[in-house]
Amino acid sequence: MLIEMIVNEEKVQADIKPDMMLLDFLRSINLKSLKRGCDTGNCGLCTVWLDEKPVLSCSVPAVRAKNHKVTTLEGVQKEAEEFSRYLAEEGADQCGYCSPGLIMNVLALKKEIKNPTENQIKEYLAGNLCRCTGYQAQYRALMKYFGIEEEQC
Amino acid sequence: MYTVKKYVFAETLEQAYELKQKSRNNIIIGGNLWLKMGQRNIQNAIDLSLLGLDHIEEDEEGFRIGCMVTLRDLEVHENLNRTFDCVFKEAVRHIVGVQFRNCATVGGSIFPRFGFSDVLTAFLSCDSYVDLFQGGRIPLKEFVEMPVDQDILTHIYIKKDSRKICYQSFRMTETDFPTLTCAVIKHGERYMSVVGARPKAAVLVDHITLSDPQDAKEREVFAEKTASFLEFGSNMRGSADYRKELTRIFIKRGLEELTGDETC
Repeated sequence: MLIEMIVNEEKVQADIKPDMMLLDFLRSINLKSLKRGCDTGNCGLCTVWLDEKPVLSCSVPAVRAKNHKVTTLEGVQKEAEEFSRYLAEEGADQCGYCSPGLIMNVLALKKEIKNPTENQIKEYLAGNLCRCTGYQAQYRALMKYFGIEEEQC
Repeated sequence: MYTVKKYVFAETLEQAYELKQKSRNNIIIGGNLWLKMGQRNIQNAIDLSLLGLDHIEEDEEGFRIGCMVTLRDLEVHENLNRTFDCVFKEAVRHIVGVQFRNCATVGGSIFPRFGFSDVLTAFLSCDSYVDLFQGGRIPLKEFVEMPVDQDILTHIYIKKDSRKICYQSFRMTETDFPTLTCAVIKHGERYMSVVGARPKAAVLVDHITLSDPQDAKEREVFAEKTASFLEFGSNMRGSADYRKELTRIFIKRGLEELTGDETC
């Protein structure tokens, strides 16, 4: 099926198979930031924005993005850089495989809720799994990024 | 993994309905989350996303929710949640993550009448009706009992009736499928319960009376009677006995909240 979509501000035309998922299509046009994790819609590794909303690209039929706007990490490099520095400073990256999905969802959260509480952050990011870090370093990075003072134990 | 031979953006509901009648392998694509996990050879994947069914409309009588409205839309709709004691927000906020809820649709959650559905429990706790393309408007509690057929669910309509609802669910781990979902409803002087993830589809229990809501003993009897009336099953998330016990506790807690004039 011949479709057109906007990917990272650029018009893309492609002939897409009816059962191809958005994840596979985006990787096929060399957008390799997004990763395949569980492939069942649970881990959040494949997060991209569809019309500015975070979605799981492993479950969105690529054809459904017809005439819509798709954003991947490659399209938000500048915004991603700032949060990535917090991740690095807190040692929140180990294998780094989950980072692109996490960053896309953190940036979506920032757009949707300007000053989120700790609970809102945890709830919004519940769909981003990480098998290395145990989340504590990521939470420290998030608290600093959103300017929330951490509770002292 | 599933395969799709042809992807069709329906231009009208009539076209979608006609195509669906032609074969059991012509399937409506909702959020594509559960569907994608199955093994299926789909002849025509029918997409309703161009039909303007992704809106929540409010009038004086109630809310009309299109089948392509996402669970996230339900979660963040202020008037809907204000009117129904945040039942929708509470019901969907544990479902995987925001990205998942931005994909999953109301139609895709209600039409298959899943045995694990938080969404079905939440809608059943309100005075809800489904609009079927062919079958017209029918109460959701009747729809739940009907076999899955080839009709198309286009909208869900919820009547405003100033009921109070307390929604609770239990999961073995956050973001997992629920072990049990439970809503306790106070409508005028009447109390009702909806219990889902039994692991069978949610069901409304509205025939048990609570004579004195302020009496703790009476509330316990009501909870016990409701739990005993329902049929439970066992799976990896819990045994039938465990679910029955959870039901008793949740109904008791729900009644305490509602009679204390608070909501969960």
